[in-house]
Amino acid sequence: MDAFDWGAVPAALPFLLDGMQLSLLLLAVGMLGGTALGLLVALLRLFGPRIPAAIAAAYVDGLRAIPLVLVLFWFYFLVPLAIGRPVGALPSALIAFVIFEAAYYSEIIRAGIGSVRSGQWQAAQALGMTRGQTLRLVVLPQALRAMLPILVTQAVILFQDTSLVYVIGLRDFMTATSISAEEGGRLVEFYAFAALVYLIVCSAGTELAHALQRRRSA
Amino acid sequence: MNATVSVAVASSTEPVLAQAPLLRIDGVGKSYGTVQVLSGCTLDVQRGEVVVICGPSGSGKSTLIKCVNGLVPFNAGRILCDGVDVGLGRQVDLVRLRTRVGMVFQNFELYPHLSVLENLCLAPVHVLRRPRSEAAERAHQLLVRVGLPDKAGSLPGQLSGGQQQRVAIARALAMDPIALLFDEPTSALDPEMVGEVLDVMVELARDGMTMMVVTHEMGFARKVADRVVFMDAGRIVETGTADGFFSEPTTERARGFLSRILSH
Amino acid sequence: MTYNWDWAILVREPFLGWLIAGTGLTLAIAGLGWAIALTVGVIVGIGRTVANRPIRAASAIYVQVFRNIPLLVQMFLWYFVLPELLPTAWGHWLKRDLPAPEFWTAVVALGLFTAARIAEQVRSGIRTVPQGQTQAALASGLRATQTLRLVVLPQCFRIILPPLTSELLTTIKNSSLALTIGVLELTAQSRQIESNTFHGFEAFTAATAIYLAIATLVRLAMRRFEAGRSMPQAKQAPPMALREA
Repeated sequence: MDAFDWGAVPAALPFLLDGMQLSLLLLAVGMLGGTALGLLVALLRLFGPRIPAAIAAAYVDGLRAIPLVLVLFWFYFLVPLAIGRPVGALPSALIAFVIFEAAYYSEIIRAGIGSVRSGQWQAAQALGMTRGQTLRLVVLPQALRAMLPILVTQAVILFQDTSLVYVIGLRDFMTATSISAEEGGRLVEFYAFAALVYLIVCSAGTELAHALQRRRSA
Repeated sequence: MNATVSVAVASSTEPVLAQAPLLRIDGVGKSYGTVQVLSGCTLDVQRGEVVVICGPSGSGKSTLIKCVNGLVPFNAGRILCDGVDVGLGRQVDLVRLRTRVGMVFQNFELYPHLSVLENLCLAPVHVLRRPRSEAAERAHQLLVRVGLPDKAGSLPGQLSGGQQQRVAIARALAMDPIALLFDEPTSALDPEMVGEVLDVMVELARDGMTMMVVTHEMGFARKVADRVVFMDAGRIVETGTADGFFSEPTTERARGFLSRILSH
Repeated sequence: MTYNWDWAILVREPFLGWLIAGTGLTLAIAGLGWAIALTVGVIVGIGRTVANRPIRAASAIYVQVFRNIPLLVQMFLWYFVLPELLPTAWGHWLKRDLPAPEFWTAVVALGLFTAARIAEQVRSGIRTVPQGQTQAALASGLRATQTLRLVVLPQCFRIILPPLTSELLTTIKNSSLALTIGVLELTAQSRQIESNTFHGFEAFTAATAIYLAIATLVRLAMRRFEAGRSMPQAKQAPPMALREA
């Protein structure tokens, strides 16, 4: 067993930081795009006409049954085919994350809307609000508060999932770590460092989710 | 404080004074941090006696009764029950005591994942090591006794509250206890179901079961209680016969309590 | 967009064999990983609820560490880092003598990762069982361990069965990460067919269909399992706490 050489890690920091930027980009796009599309899907399932609602349900159940790695492969293969020329892995990954996360976010949003008591609908409509107004002004604000802790938990899971772009060779934090590790033959140091970084970031997120949960139930 | 050793009253004609009491609660106190839940509680219960404990909510009645079988630890005084020094909290002693002194809870606490029959057999099989067939036979007898012979295969969630509480009484009886503790057995019930549970309890009392009952059911107390104990703010304020307590309570607090519950 | 459709490649050798082998490995990794996850998860979950402080702290640390490091990183830690940290002989055994080291590494990594999530479910399930149930069991003379085994855990499992089902589905999906350390499970095989034949559409469709079929079967099986163990809640029983998604 060689002595460990932790000096290799600081030397690679700029490279790793670039990777982290990509990880955070994937996180942000996955969260925002996933929430927007997820909201649409959830509303379709709850209030849409029968056939679009069924399609939305099939979309959610289908995507939740297959691994993210396979989804990444799918879009890595499909996107250039659809566009007609090679576009690199990043657009594929971004689209894959939005589509994949939307399935999960829609379920969270649907449960959040379901958690608002039906009396709230009745009370708002008794005041003359339309269904759309009731949803926007009364139900969604309450639902959002109810699901905030779970949204944060989902963000932590999503951040961990960004590491999977490794399989299509995108240089996120994980892939950058792996490249640095292989280059210098310093697997122990680099992977231990990556584990520590993820542990700290994700623990902070998990703690935040717990705090939000406690504040809610207090 | 006038809560002390009492004279056995009414129903029993034999001189029971010669025997040691089944239960002796002696100066028991309990506090959570700075909150004093019980203080200086002293009470004896003789074999065959029915003692009703009443008092406003938060007066410590439930805590006191749960101290008796060691479910709730206390920090002052001593409880001797059926020869077991409860305060020592020795596992072996507590298990032995709990096999002989049964308890019925406010929210029934039937095991929702087990059928009625399995609820009745669980402790006899796993604690008393009775053969399953013997336990089941006894369980069926007890279900007849509480008027639910056809509910053996039901799950608790399929029964009404009154039926559940009767099953809970049968479950306690399945251990062939020498005494039963009741913690507000009818206060979680819809009013129309109170009667069926009290009927079972009255019958038990008339069969000579030693009972300690936390309840506000004054009709029940009048009918079968040998003594009524009134608690307030963690203390035993007054003890007396049921008739005496209801017609002429000696303390101001008991009078106030009675006027509040009787005026509704 | 020009694309040569050829669905027949899916039933052509060796590709059909690849898909079958991949499906087998996916099920094997997920199944064995699930067994580890349930065993460790239940122990750690109980550990989080006991009175003993060191046990509680150790269980909490387990959950925090295994839940907050991505599974991919954990796989690499077990596969690349652990052999370097062990005494040389052990490291050699792991790398060379253990048959199918990638497979077993994937199983252990997946199992221990999932255990942290199951532990959280078990903990919240135990908390959902009302305190009165424990009191009633103790009052009838059951010991603390009997109370846990006969009264609390059976109720806990019935309560957490739905989230456990989705945890099992997640485990099946997560088994695909084994491909990063060279296990040719289902996703890897479909990828391999794609790069060999350039028929990605057919290959990924096949893998997708197989995952969907597995998920459907698991859902049906768990629903039947659940139906045999229903636990109707009495009207007066306290409401079940909301569970985390």
